[in-house]
Amino acid sequence: MPQNEYIEEAIKKHGRRLDHEERKRKRTAREVHKKAAFAQKVHGLKAKLYNKKRHAEKIQMKKTLKMHDERNTKQAAPDANPDTALPPYLLDRQSQTRAKVLSNAIKQKRKERAAKWDVPLPKVRAVAEEEVYKVIKTGKKGTKQWKRLVSKHTFVPATFTRLPPKYERFIRPTALRVKRAHVTHPELKATFMLDILGVKKNPNGRDMTGLGVVTKGTVIEVNVSELGLVTQSGKVVWGKYAQVTNNPENDGVVNAVLLV
Amino acid sequence: MNLPAEATPEMLEMLVNEVLKNEEPLPYSFYVDDIEIRSDVLHDVVEEGKRSTEQTIRIVYQPQAIFKVRQITRCTSTMQGHDHPIVCLHFSPSGSLLATGSGDTTVRIWDMGTETPSHTLRGHTHHVECVQWSPDARLVASGSMDNTVRVWDASSGKGGEPMKGHKGCITALAWEPFHSDPSCTRLASASKDGTVRVWDVVHRRTLFAMGGHTAPVMAVRWGGDGLIYTGSRDKTVKVWSAKDGRLVRTLQGHAHWVNALALSTEHVLRTGGFDEKRQKLGDRSEAHAHAVTRYSTLIARQSERLLSCSDDFTLFLWDPSSPKPIARLTGHQQPVTGISFSPDGTLIASASFDGSVKLWHGATGKFLRSMRGHVGAVFCVTFSPDGRMVASGSRDSTVKVWDVATGKMKAELPGHADEVYGVDWAPGKGERVASGGKDGAVKIWRN
Repeated sequence: MPQNEYIEEAIKKHGRRLDHEERKRKRTAREVHKKAAFAQKVHGLKAKLYNKKRHAEKIQMKKTLKMHDERNTKQAAPDANPDTALPPYLLDRQSQTRAKVLSNAIKQKRKERAAKWDVPLPKVRAVAEEEVYKVIKTGKKGTKQWKRLVSKHTFVPATFTRLPPKYERFIRPTALRVKRAHVTHPELKATFMLDILGVKKNPNGRDMTGLGVVTKGTVIEVNVSELGLVTQSGKVVWGKYAQVTNNPENDGVVNAVLLV
Repeated sequence: MNLPAEATPEMLEMLVNEVLKNEEPLPYSFYVDDIEIRSDVLHDVVEEGKRSTEQTIRIVYQPQAIFKVRQITRCTSTMQGHDHPIVCLHFSPSGSLLATGSGDTTVRIWDMGTETPSHTLRGHTHHVECVQWSPDARLVASGSMDNTVRVWDASSGKGGEPMKGHKGCITALAWEPFHSDPSCTRLASASKDGTVRVWDVVHRRTLFAMGGHTAPVMAVRWGGDGLIYTGSRDKTVKVWSAKDGRLVRTLQGHAHWVNALALSTEHVLRTGGFDEKRQKLGDRSEAHAHAVTRYSTLIARQSERLLSCSDDFTLFLWDPSSPKPIARLTGHQQPVTGISFSPDGTLIASASFDGSVKLWHGATGKFLRSMRGHVGAVFCVTFSPDGRMVASGSRDSTVKVWDVATGKMKAELPGHADEVYGVDWAPGKGERVASGGKDGAVKIWRN
């Protein structure tokens, strides 16, 4: 035995004190109180370091306890949800969750014709005409008042050419034109930036639908070909409807939710 | 032999039948350097194939199936029953029954004569991952995620006591071929625990277990001359002796998971004593003799070849007697999961996640043509029993039937409400195609 290990040697030779176990038990029992007292008293940088250390210890302890719990309790059988069944060649692959659009095509058509959809926002604040159209005075003396400036965001198809000023009753400013929308898929809980294909229905009337005004509650058609949705006949779905959920004139962007 | 340059395949066919002294004229196809002669020699070889008119050419004839499978055009029945995804389906060797395994833990047997349910086999406690008919069409084996293999009697729906031993999900099953064991007692099962077990299904016990793979085994095939082939996610294909489970060879080459295996003799091994004329098993020894002749005529033409497909986007064509591959088949741009040999072993079809089905030469592995049309990943592919058509099932919820000779789509079969996980073409006369998928309906397609 090395020379410096005299304590161990003494223990080996003479044994421990008779009350050693008792003292040890008491010391460990006191330990938590001591630590708590110190934690309350300490302040400043020392407190910061000490608390950090305690925090890490506690996390470790919780993890250990949990591990023990898991070992001691009987495990439930692996998930037997019948809907998640996959053939062997698809097991353990990181499959993208894909939502289905395989809805009844006839029903969809009928809905389209009636221009009625089950929309997430059934009621929106009506936007007054005065709010949307700003009167522009024209003529040499500024007495003519037939020209209107659309003061909301609009979708204008890429092929649109402005009419000559003499015939242009509604001006849709280029700064307020939108091309893309941030569309959330409600089942996937994911958002995609998609091209707008057209404005299907503006709740404030036919003129605004025709002008392509995008306000809250407007149903727009978006290009979903990137999402890889397929119809029942195995074709890629191209356009789908989405409803605008924000006030584009406040935010400067169009957020929408896909109508599935 | 001197031939006029305008010789058409019909004329060549008559000539070959005359030379071979066939009692009845048999159909043949003709090739010059793997180019098929379709219209006449002058047009196909000299004009298209850029051959000189002064050369002597070698025309290779290839016997064709003597029967013709009629084109599949419509859905004759949609059989509900499984209310959860159908994961696997398999036609009986005679094509008169269909077995399907589903996520709802049941195996169902469907009668194809009436296209109605025949039996529901309950017993598994987790998803059924694979079903396989014994080559005598009497038993159905099913492997499940609950780590058991069960064997059922197809006519009564009885049986199904669990065969325990695996410690992981069963991914594939293979019966011993009929010509080597007419009693159909041995079954091989591959599992995700990395082992392959060979079972005695009568006594329900393991004969031997073959460990050696270090990752889940995804495919198992029982070859015609006493070899078992396994493909695993540890990137290797292993060849085992079916007698005692000794490792014979390890075939290395793939750079990623091996997904599936296919044999050039697969159709003959699967159908055993049945063919397009023999629909009943009848006398077992007679059927055995029939299976032996069928196998030996096929093997006399060309020895058994093994094909493996992988997540590294390639396929490997192996001669099981050598560790070197015959060919590496490249061209796919996504993982390949479905492969199939044509019944006579002359063609290979492969289905990949890139949405294409590709055809390859069965002996050399040469690329022939690509068949595009699916808009989603293609999962499975199967040949018709005459080898003239291919059916593929895809994520885009359709089944498509392709013409092998031209590579054109013959029929598009929409109707499933969700991804199609399995397609099988009925052996025998090939009257039906069955498909099943995530929507839980079995669809039967016919002419």
